[in-house]
Amino acid sequence: MQRLNIVITGHVDHGKSTLIGRLLADTDSLPQGKLESVKKMCENNARPFEYAFLLDALADEQKQGITIDSARVFFQSKKREYIIIDAPGHIEFLKNMISGASRAEAALLLIDAKEGVAENSKRHGMLLSLLGIKQVAIVVNKMDLVNFSEIAFTKLKVEYSEYLATLGIKSDIFIPISAREGVNLIEHSASTPWYKGPTVLEILDSFKSVEEKENDDFRMPLQDVYKFTRDNDDRRIYAGTVTSGELNVGDEVVFYPSLKRSKVASIESFNTEVKTSVKESEAIGFTLQTQIYVRNGDVVARADQSAPKVSNRFEANLFWLGAKPLELDKPYKIKIGSAQSTIYLEEIKRVIDGDTLDRADEPSVGRHEAACVIFRVHDLVAMEQFGENQKLGRFVIVDEYDIAGGGIITEVLEQYTTRRTKALHVNDVLVDKAGESAEFEEELFALLRKHFPHQFN
Amino acid sequence: MDHLDRLEAQSIYILREAYRSFPNLAMLWSIGKDSTVLLWLTRKAFFGHVPYPLVHIDTAFKIPEMIKYRDEIAIQWDLNLVVGQNKEALAKGETFVNGLDRLSCCKKLKSDALKNTLDGTWARRKWNPYKKVWEDELNGAPYTGVIVGVRADEEGSRSKERVFSARDEKSEWDASTQPPELWNQYKTDFAPGTHVRIHPLLEWTELNIWEYIERENIPIINLYFDQGNGKRYRSLGCFPCTAPVDSQARNPKEIIEELTSGKFKDIAERSGRAQDKDGGGTLERLRKEGYM
Repeated sequence: MQRLNIVITGHVDHGKSTLIGRLLADTDSLPQGKLESVKKMCENNARPFEYAFLLDALADEQKQGITIDSARVFFQSKKREYIIIDAPGHIEFLKNMISGASRAEAALLLIDAKEGVAENSKRHGMLLSLLGIKQVAIVVNKMDLVNFSEIAFTKLKVEYSEYLATLGIKSDIFIPISAREGVNLIEHSASTPWYKGPTVLEILDSFKSVEEKENDDFRMPLQDVYKFTRDNDDRRIYAGTVTSGELNVGDEVVFYPSLKRSKVASIESFNTEVKTSVKESEAIGFTLQTQIYVRNGDVVARADQSAPKVSNRFEANLFWLGAKPLELDKPYKIKIGSAQSTIYLEEIKRVIDGDTLDRADEPSVGRHEAACVIFRVHDLVAMEQFGENQKLGRFVIVDEYDIAGGGIITEVLEQYTTRRTKALHVNDVLVDKAGESAEFEEELFALLRKHFPHQFN
Repeated sequence: MDHLDRLEAQSIYILREAYRSFPNLAMLWSIGKDSTVLLWLTRKAFFGHVPYPLVHIDTAFKIPEMIKYRDEIAIQWDLNLVVGQNKEALAKGETFVNGLDRLSCCKKLKSDALKNTLDGTWARRKWNPYKKVWEDELNGAPYTGVIVGVRADEEGSRSKERVFSARDEKSEWDASTQPPELWNQYKTDFAPGTHVRIHPLLEWTELNIWEYIERENIPIINLYFDQGNGKRYRSLGCFPCTAPVDSQARNPKEIIEELTSGKFKDIAERSGRAQDKDGGGTLERLRKEGYM
């Protein structure tokens, strides 16, 4: 059975955990005795039962009645299997919401009918668009608190649609529900006779799985090169996960940015029949006809197809989660594809506020803010624009030890040239021409890697 | 790609990220179905090789067949097997069968043994696949990254785990301060002294595990199958605290049937485990203190 990852976002107390708990209960997706045991626990603690308790598993969550971290919940409709990601709405846990949402292929965004559009409703809408999630349905919850009024629903729908339009998101799916009372979750309800659209379950089943596109050009960020000598294994295997396209035995491949090339001698795998071809999303390994020295982080492409862009400057949309603000000219680490390098913030074009959208002339990007910025990378890196290749067009920024921000590349800019990058390039060409020095380089790196492993990642 | 291909590819990617990020990496192997699938995925990720040691915590109360199976597979697959044990607690008889409560027993024989084995404080018993002998290792280097086969569908606190999950010097876990994890970019930078647990199986369900065992024909321990007395284990642990279930499933295919349409369709997997039942949030407490 196929599986789809769905995230449920929205402001705190707008009813996300309640919605999921109720969906689980109404579709018989709970293990036997779970509902009874949670009800009993509530009784023992003298508090009213809430469907959210089925989800909020951590002791602190139950005590405070809020979701702290996103949970993965498994659930099945007649059509397929889902992982529903229950993302916390509290601003304090925005990083957990984003962690959950980044795994999703589609989203439900909850808005409280009575309270209306909250700051986080807007922020979450913006973050979903930054994460590249295109399938979004807006679920207007707690309709029972506004007497299932169509006018209240329509008013909210118009207001939020206008906001989404400013983000470039077009969503005309709005569903009036009451999660607590099970209205319009699985079945249409007599409480909202004016609503003719789909139920929540119907919307979930209508979302499309993000399909693999087989016609794109081949790309594989090189994750590692393995040479296990045990049992006289002399294969040198280039390993990684295919982000797009297809690769066959005999294809000529080029590594970017090092520009080294060779032909695929074999595709290696364990406990399968001999493979001659691999496709998007597969975690693969191949050997080459000639031994070349390349490092983690290069992007492999086919010589007969388009090349990825190589640069050290790009413009991006970014969201910042770090405790310290993102500052100009301070060194950070970037992770993009399988590459890692040092990165500097060159320019803040504008800070995007959840509420008012644009603010100019900011000296830094603060926690929970989004911005349009220009970055400069220390080394040349192979990359793509997000619109062309999602997986090579997104990146994260590491501050000290933590991932502090993430973003998508909106434009790859012209290289910023320094003497150092020029020198590197010349050196690569020389090494390529002299097979001997390639061998020496490889032995040297093996030694360095062995004795100074941390320098290499 | 079908759903098992996707899960497999995702887990392999995570295993390879772990391998390139941690010089001192180990994997926990409990002999159960999940960690045996993890071991199989390791051989897939590294093309037949298992490039890190496998740590087994022997509580001395494991079902004897488990130890026999462990040693057979270790020889067959050329594994670097490391065994840790709380010898002191066992010598003093500080165990559940001698009157200690279940949680304290788990803490001593599992959590404490694990912590002290991983950080090299206690002697590790190691199988040397080259010389085919057991050797003792004293003052071994700590394993800074540990691959673990927990699944999000097993229990509430596990549903909230990160793929790369940091523990502090005391191996403690604070769910509210977990760092972000974006797309497939995991947190792989850590302050010195941090222990990291890596969870490549978070998105697998119990059913996925059995579907994969069947598809790949993985040699799984036969305690999971009915041997003729109408009973089998659904989850393996220590014998005083883990009970078999009534079932006549004799192979993975029959187990899949039981889970999809048969008697276990909506019965929680760990319902045979006594330590999960002693009050609300128990496993969360154990896990905060370092339990798997």
